[in-house]
Amino acid sequence: MAFYRPTRWQRSLTIVLLTLLLGLPMLLNSLEQGFYIGFATRVLIFSLAATSLNLVLGFGGMVSLGHAAFFGAGAYIAAICQQAGLSEALLALPLAMLGAGLLALLIGAISLRTRGVYFIMITLAFAQMVYYLFISARAWGGDDGLPLSERMRFAGFSLVDDAALYYLALGALAVVMLLLGRLTEARFGRSIQAIRENETRMEALGYPVFTYRLVCFALGGAVAGLAGALLANLTGLASPALLQWTQSGTLLVMVIIGGVGYLYGGVVGAVVLLLLEEVLLGYFAHWHIVLGLLLLAIVLFAPKGVAALFGRPRG
Amino acid sequence: MTQLILEQALNGLQFGLMLFLLAAGLTLVFGIMDCINLAHGSLYMVGAYFVAAAAQAADSFWIGLGVGVAGAAVLGLLLELTLFRQLYRRDHLSQVLATFALILIANEAVRVIWGPAPLLLNPPEALAGPVELPLFGETFFYPAYRLLIIGVGLAVAGLLYLLVAKSRVGMWVRAGASNREMTEALGINVRWLFTAVFVFGAALCALAGGLLGPLLAVQVGMGESVLILAFVVIIIGGIGSIRGALVGSLIVGTVDTLGRALLPTLLRATLPGDAAATLGPALASILIYLLMAGILFFKPQGLFPARA
Amino acid sequence: MAEALLEVRQLSRCFAAVDALKDVDFSLDAGEVHALIGPNGAGKTTFIHHVSGALQPDSGSVHFAGRDVTRLAMHQRVAAGMARSYQITNVFRGLTALDNVALAVQGRSDAGSSFRFWRPVRSERRLFDEAQDFLEQVGLADKAAIVAGQLSHGEQRALELAMALATKPQLLLLDEPMAGTGPEESARMVELIEHLARHVTILLVEHDMDAVFRLADRISVLVNGQLICTGTPEAVRNDTGVRRAYLGDHL
Repeated sequence: MAFYRPTRWQRSLTIVLLTLLLGLPMLLNSLEQGFYIGFATRVLIFSLAATSLNLVLGFGGMVSLGHAAFFGAGAYIAAICQQAGLSEALLALPLAMLGAGLLALLIGAISLRTRGVYFIMITLAFAQMVYYLFISARAWGGDDGLPLSERMRFAGFSLVDDAALYYLALGALAVVMLLLGRLTEARFGRSIQAIRENETRMEALGYPVFTYRLVCFALGGAVAGLAGALLANLTGLASPALLQWTQSGTLLVMVIIGGVGYLYGGVVGAVVLLLLEEVLLGYFAHWHIVLGLLLLAIVLFAPKGVAALFGRPRG
Repeated sequence: MTQLILEQALNGLQFGLMLFLLAAGLTLVFGIMDCINLAHGSLYMVGAYFVAAAAQAADSFWIGLGVGVAGAAVLGLLLELTLFRQLYRRDHLSQVLATFALILIANEAVRVIWGPAPLLLNPPEALAGPVELPLFGETFFYPAYRLLIIGVGLAVAGLLYLLVAKSRVGMWVRAGASNREMTEALGINVRWLFTAVFVFGAALCALAGGLLGPLLAVQVGMGESVLILAFVVIIIGGIGSIRGALVGSLIVGTVDTLGRALLPTLLRATLPGDAAATLGPALASILIYLLMAGILFFKPQGLFPARA
Repeated sequence: MAEALLEVRQLSRCFAAVDALKDVDFSLDAGEVHALIGPNGAGKTTFIHHVSGALQPDSGSVHFAGRDVTRLAMHQRVAAGMARSYQITNVFRGLTALDNVALAVQGRSDAGSSFRFWRPVRSERRLFDEAQDFLEQVGLADKAAIVAGQLSHGEQRALELAMALATKPQLLLLDEPMAGTGPEESARMVELIEHLARHVTILLVEHDMDAVFRLADRISVLVNGQLICTGTPEAVRNDTGVRRAYLGDHL
């Protein structure tokens, strides 16, 4: 495979979509469908989480099944901040990123010494450890999770209005996508993509492969933490369910549906999966069977995912 | 205190042996086929449901156990032939996705067929009560059914160990785990060896699920937490190693059980009340993961690596 | 003579109870082309793996440029000035020839940190100018924009050499650079190595005896994991032990 490179029309499409998304809350309100602003925010937040996994999995080539640990840790850190009286998102969100990033650094430092099946199992096991750690702490709500008494403020503005939180999530996603887009074409991005293709060769060219992987893993963890902190604000709860390993599986599914290693893979996957869920759940209570069959079909017949349409390898 | 420790040690042994039944099949699938199977826990869950349903229908635990294990073996055979054969050659990511999809399907299908409420599975009546064990001149009561599980677990573990360590088929399996190409070069039909190992693994899952059914609730999601414990066992023992799976299972079973039972008491004796109350349960629940991290740090390939 | 550039002492490595390398003492002087020959399975590639840091020995040591590098990882040895090519072509097949070499240039410590997250590599003219120079050195200047997977086998071997050179090594470890190439491509490769030898010390593992005797200043012979002889091509050619163990089957 070659380095990721956006298609020619990707930039203009992004600008058009961003404009549409800026107008979405007003549109929904005028249609008296304000309820869906919350759903749209949820989609944006999961786009962010799936994108963070795509950095690790798609660009870094690390099949991590423990990403929920960082997502959930971000949510808990936000809730803990608020409990401690820190309700300013401008401080709490970076703290959530820092905490989740450090956690990823720690877990990565041990897991990245291994490869293949081992790595998958170990990331899964460590994520489970984080899960038990949070639910066994009574001060953090145990099995019930830690509620936020109210949404945070951002630079003094209240996020209680659904549209306000929507714009914050949209802004966060836009900034992350911009940074990720730059990263993939910068030195670091090319290095991790080349390591994904052939780590021995990169080592033989003098690259400290372990360090690159670790930095990539920690960056992914930090962004997942940001997504978790936003989600805690949306739902008003840092829930243990966010830390469960099935959550890691769901994020993985999003990335694969959307396209592993494509800049917008995580976003496309989150949109597709959450829309499918919203629509199918209305008709069919056991929609997981449909989803499972769909995933099997993807594995067997369309291994490149949907976002293969949104970018192509060079050459 | 001695009684408590002894009882918990026996519980730990029993738990460890059941973990071994799960981890044995799984470690071989990982080791020989270099294939990750997240749905192993689903086989355990479905197996337990088979056993419970058959036991209710036949009104006999033993018939239920036999039918359930056979049913799980057939299900394993079907899965291997239709899906897993295609997956062995694919990358790990595809394997993760496909077997994750199987979990979603299995959980939902069980809900559709048996409903959301847990299924009841009674132990055989003869074993429902406790037995007296003589111990240093004192009497010590232990549930008869748990003793049975320990007995069956030891028997299966011994048989499996002999099978893999001494028999010809076992030699192929070990050869396959350490070097697949070499095994193929020796003219062994690896394809059917894979099928046999997979089916055997499925049957062991159902055996563990059926035996544990009367102790735990037979319910949706029971497979997932136990799957991760089986992973920890394999990580500690080394992928593809039966010996590693046995040692790892016993370590995880006893450390987890004893940790949960004794650690809070120990901490209360050494730390001020508040700290002990917070730290005790938290530490007990992550003890095996800390152990895993420690072992990994010194032996990244596990205690008994199958590949040199 | 200056002290040896590479000094290997009592190197031993055992795989599954078989001695792959046994008490190998080996030294290489700055500026020479030193060929390592021996029958198939003698442990030549294993030796290269131990020198380059891909494998760790059971016992013994590797000193490079006066420094003990036995416990250093491969990337640290590359940074210290050691580069290698692989027996089986090992390039990034999906990338252009120029991108392949640019990656090698970028990995060098004097090319600046690679932990840069914002500026597109595309705009780093110096990286690509320098990569183009290395392509020129190996005769691939006009193939820069071609995807490596589409280059001929000989061209891929040359590309691999350009990548090794781009790390600016003091010592070049070449593992069968002629493997699988036709006579014409081989001849070009010999010329290329001859040219490179003016600037860099080379440890050459090769089966092509014509190439070995033309290029090497000194030759060492490895048989069953043991070094049985080191000397000038003339001396090695006339060594009876070598003839018996190895050359007898070939010459």
